[in-house]
Amino acid sequence: MKVSVVRNILEANERIAEQNKALFQEHHLLVINLMSSPGAGKTSLLEKTIDALKKDIRIGVIEGDIQSTSDAERIARKGVPAVQINTGGACHLDGNMIRETFPEFDFSRLDLLVVENVGNLVCPAEFKVGEDFKVMLLSVAEGDDKPAKYPLMFHESKVLLINKTDLLPYVDCSVEKIIKDSLNINPELTIFQVSCKTGEGLGDWYRWLHESVKDKSRTFKDGPHG
Amino acid sequence: MHEMSIAQSLITILQEEMAKHGATALRSVRLSIGEMSAIVPESLSFCFEIIIEGTPLEGAKLLMDRVPLRGYCPGCDRPFDIKDFVFVCPTCGSTKIETIEGQELSIVEMEVE
Repeated sequence: MKVSVVRNILEANERIAEQNKALFQEHHLLVINLMSSPGAGKTSLLEKTIDALKKDIRIGVIEGDIQSTSDAERIARKGVPAVQINTGGACHLDGNMIRETFPEFDFSRLDLLVVENVGNLVCPAEFKVGEDFKVMLLSVAEGDDKPAKYPLMFHESKVLLINKTDLLPYVDCSVEKIIKDSLNINPELTIFQVSCKTGEGLGDWYRWLHESVKDKSRTFKDGPHG
Repeated sequence: MHEMSIAQSLITILQEEMAKHGATALRSVRLSIGEMSAIVPESLSFCFEIIIEGTPLEGAKLLMDRVPLRGYCPGCDRPFDIKDFVFVCPTCGSTKIETIEGQELSIVEMEVE
């Protein structure tokens, strides 16, 4: 007997992600899902961003890694709440893993929650966690063929940070090609060229992110920080 | 390698659907897998076979149809094929397009006993 079954295979995760999102909305919290391959500089970007913005906005971080708590420790040293998730092998975070961290946070005391996903250019793009939008990081050392090879993440992201621009004299990587190919995949993508090492270009990113946090709280004029 | 998580989600849904239809065995299941979804069909088959061993789903065939990317341009009011992941209308050059197919990861039908 043939039975027609039209169901999204990821529906269970998407249901949980929607519930997470509804909770974040109640707290007027901007949530970003930060993704890249391993070693592109996610944690360094976060450290710099926290230093630059923590006087103006209240930031919390969820760190996703297969093993180790070193990233959450790096973030905690910046004086912001940080929770480590160890996936124990899984290559991405999902909605349920994010939900399990909720008892560790007081969301009423946060303006921005950053979910730093497991370093991986493929899988995290497929799983929503309840974020407002995805931000991806690509370092020039990885090469300019990455948009063509991993289109999904470029397509799903709202922002692309091209990191380690200080290395450009030493690597065969065309930033123009990265930008051109990324915009073909996602014409709405906002792109920043930065170096977490020298700080170059980070100011524009900080301003953009700060504005996004303010836009989010403006949406809730009746709220406590409205 | 997120095919294991996806295989597990798939099997949960199949078990629900089998219970709903009073089925005792699964012969096959057909999926639509969009060109844009980051799934390796061989990995998904491999994970699926491992998980269904020793369950009422054992022996089921996993059939997968790849769905190419299709876009729609509201300006031109026409659909088109999205080639090489270029999300731009080939007629008017607009970037304000909708993706209508090619991102799905869904079950279409199953054959049960």
